[in-house]
Formats: sequence, structure tokens, C-alpha cells
Amino acid sequence: MSNSQVVPATSLSNVTLRYRDGRLALDDISLAFTTGEHVAIIGPSGAGKTSLLHTLACALKPTTGVLTILGENPWHKTAAALHTLRKRIFLAPQLPPLPPRQRVVHTVLAGRLPYWSTWRALMSLIYPAEAPLAQAALAKFRADDKLLLRCDRLSGGERQRVSLARMLLSEAPLILLDEPVSSLDPVLGLQALHTVQDEARARDATLVVSLHDVRLARARFARLIGLRDGTVFFDLPNEQVTDDRLAELYAAEPPGSTMEGVTSAPHGIRISRCS
Amino acid sequence: MLLAKSQRWRDPAWPRRATGAAVFLLVLLPAGYLTEFNPGVFFDASSLRASRQFLATFFPPAHSLAFLQLLVGSAWKTVAIATSGLVLALILAIPLSLLANRTLSISRLGTGTMGYIPAAVRAGLRWGLSLLRSIPELVWALLFVRAVGLGDTAGVMAISLTYAGMIGKVFLEIYESQDTRATEALLANGARRLHAFFYGTLPSCLPELVSYTIYRWECAIRSSVILGFVGAGGLGQQMELSMRMLAGGEVLSFLLVFMVLVWLADQLSQGLRTWID
Repeated sequence: MSNSQVVPATSLSNVTLRYRDGRLALDDISLAFTTGEHVAIIGPSGAGKTSLLHTLACALKPTTGVLTILGENPWHKTAAALHTLRKRIFLAPQLPPLPPRQRVVHTVLAGRLPYWSTWRALMSLIYPAEAPLAQAALAKFRADDKLLLRCDRLSGGERQRVSLARMLLSEAPLILLDEPVSSLDPVLGLQALHTVQDEARARDATLVVSLHDVRLARARFARLIGLRDGTVFFDLPNEQVTDDRLAELYAAEPPGSTMEGVTSAPHGIRISRCS
Repeated sequence: MLLAKSQRWRDPAWPRRATGAAVFLLVLLPAGYLTEFNPGVFFDASSLRASRQFLATFFPPAHSLAFLQLLVGSAWKTVAIATSGLVLALILAIPLSLLANRTLSISRLGTGTMGYIPAAVRAGLRWGLSLLRSIPELVWALLFVRAVGLGDTAGVMAISLTYAGMIGKVFLEIYESQDTRATEALLANGARRLHAFFYGTLPSCLPELVSYTIYRWECAIRSSVILGFVGAGGLGQQMELSMRMLAGGEVLSFLLVFMVLVWLADQLSQGLRTWID
């Protein structure tokens, strides 16, 4: 769509999010996402990546600022209308919370819940007639052999793949993934991102993914947003993100102080962590 | 040196424990005084004689064919009263507990606080559940015996009302004490509340719900015996008649059947629990 460049479907303008304990999670953030855009959010731990994704998912209400989600202002709506809007958003939380005793087939099929009648939802619990759908989704992440396992029998990486398979079954035009591949090995992680992006492209969805692995972000995303201390540190096309900038983003000290030994730190540390 | 150190050491938890024990005794002693609790009364000569005489009539337990028929019939009735009371209680308690479940609040998503109206409705439902629960089934039974007359209906109604209150409250606590993030994730993705409950909450709390329901069923069986004493049908009603007629043999038979019943309920619930898990 051509209008997407002019009026961004999803945006934050001067959004501030303060938690009840007084902690400032997002500090005056303005960002815009066009329809069909794929964006990676990077930054050190505690920078506000999760808060930003939850704000975009309408799972956290900004303290100040204006939020536009898929062309609508969510917090000016009634609770019922906002919940209808939520059907068009898919958020995969970090370390996906899956019911421990549930079988994977139901966990994946739960991605269809927003489109199901109550009768259909209950029938599927009694007999999961659409199990092949779940199996096909799992197969794209090479986890189809987990279909009938209980979620508490899964490893961390398997849980993440189950959560991503659930995303494939949703039809949401706004996909928000919080560290979706942090427990996968680099090769599988790259493949999983590939599958996710193919799906987003197929439904012309906006995809926002937070990643701690900078290499994955640089390998797969055209636009990178660096968050630091709840503010946008940079928002650049991939090719303009220099190693120096990354070093600054992850520097232990605020920029301007000693930079010794941190220049290559993000890469080195992160590679070893995900292997 | 070591000894000197250990002598100076004080357990920081000690003052609290000592205070707790003192308060306990301070409460217990007046309570014993108020209720005129005196164990000596059991060993009083006339009490002993009366007990001995009544107990002597216990043997042999009554076992005529007609009596055994009555026995089996009333035992069956007791199970029936307990079961139908419990089913009615569940029919009442499950919707109430779902409606009062704070995890399923949509207005809480994002803001962390429920809207005024949903909060008031949930508080009202909780209040209603405590009201049902705070009136003992014995009192309900007395009321229903007046209203619908002597018999099983009064027992069923009494159990269903009190147990609806208890089950509703405990179910609610079970829902809300689970890890609620799975349910919240489904709600955040636009699932309806009932769907989020069935796909997010129920899988993890089902064994607890079933096991509590079975426990309540055991309680209902015991309870329906007591309700029988005020005329609400079943084993208790017959036992009360036998006691009034000082027919010790019959009382013993009733007691034996009652014990078997509770033992069976226990076995059944254990079997079900292992099957569920």
C-alpha cells in the first residue's frame, strides 16, 4: 500500500511508560512502523525492549503519549472494542508462558482462539480435529514430533518454537515477538526468523522482533532500533549501523566515558551465549 | 571460647515463638472455662453406667433381612443425597467462580486495575459466595425441612447451597493461585475470556479442581448423615430413630455401614486422583 509511507499504521509519539514502582521503562519514545515492515529491536538488558513490545501489544498502557495501533487509538476505545483490536495483534512473550499440563497440539491451536466460537473451542479440547494444522505449523520449525507432548516436557528452545507455531495459526497483521529465538542454536534461530518473516510477508503484517543476538538482527532485518535506558538510541537502516554505534549501545558506561575493550564485546559475548 | 559464644547466641525467632505460645494459652484457658470443659464428667459413676448400658445393647449388630434391606436402602439414599447435592452445588459454583475470577479481567489488561463496574461485580459475587458458605448446611437443612417437609429433598438442597459457597470460593482460589501468564498471554492476543480460561487456566488447575471436588464429595457423604438427624433423609434419619429407641444393635450396624461408605469414598477418590494425574 502506498499510503503506508505517509500515514504510518502503527506508531508511538512521545510515549512514556512508568511502572507503579516509579521506574521509568520508556522515556519519550517516538517511532513509526509502516505496514508490512520488519523491524528488529536491540539493546542491552533492561533497555525497555519488552516494555516497548508490550506497549505495542496494548498489554501495557502508556503513562503519557499517543499510541496508534493499526490505525486506531487503542486507549480511547471501550474495553470491548480494545479487545476486538487485540485479535489483530499477536504478541509472543519472552520465555513463552505455556500451560504446563497442556498438550502441544492444544497450545498451538490456541492461536486460532480469536476466530473460534466457544463451541468450537470446547470441541477442539475434546477432540482436536484441526491437529494437522498445528502439526504443519510445528513442522516449519522442525518440532512436529512434539505435537502430542505435554508442554512441561519441552526444553526452552522447543517452547519457543511451539510459541512461534502458534503465531503461524493466528491471522494478526501486527506480530510482536519478544526474544523469540533466544534458546535456539544460531542455525535454527536463523531459520526460525526466516519462517517468521516469510509468514509476515505472506499476510503483509508488520513484524517487530526484539533480539539480544545482534548478528541475527543484522542478518535478517532491514531496520534496526537500538534501545538504551528506555530511549531510542538509534533507529537506522541496517547498513548504517556501524560497529562503533553498537559498541556504544552496549557500553557499560554512558557514551563518552571510557570505551576500552567494549568495541567487540557485544559480538563476542553474544555468540558464545547462544551456542 | 566456643562455649562462651554459643551461650551468648540468641535465636532471633525465639521471642515470636514465645509470644505465640503465651497468646495461645491465654486464649485456650478462658475458652475451656467458658465451655465448662471438664473431662472428669466422663468418668463420673452415673455417666459410666449409662454408657455401659447403652453400649451393651450394641452387640450383636442388627442383621435381620428386613433391617438389612432398610440399611442398604438408606445407605444408597445417603450416597444419592450427597451426589445430587454436590452436582447442584457445582452447577451453581462453577459459573459464579468463573464470573468472579480476576485473572479473566479484560479491563485489567494493560492498566493493571479493573474498571469500577467489573470490580464491583466481582466483589459482589465473592460476597455472595461467602454468604452461601457462612450458613452451615445443618441450618439450611432445618430451614428446608420446614419448607419442603421431612425427606431427602431438604438434604440435597442444604448440601448444594453450602457446598456451592465453599466450592466456588476454593475454585476461585485455585484459578487465581496458578501461574496466570499463560491466560494473560491468550487474552492479550484477543481470545475471549472463556476461551482463555479453557486454554490457559484449566489445563494446569484441572487435577486440583477434581481432587477438591472428590474431597467435597466425601465430606458431603458424612454431612448427609448428620443432616439425616434433623430429618433430611438417608442413613442419619434412620440412625436417629434407632438411637431414640435405644436399639444399640441397629446403631452399630448403621455405624459399620457408614464406616464402609466413607472408606469406599476414600478409595474411589484415591483411584480417581491417580487416574487424573
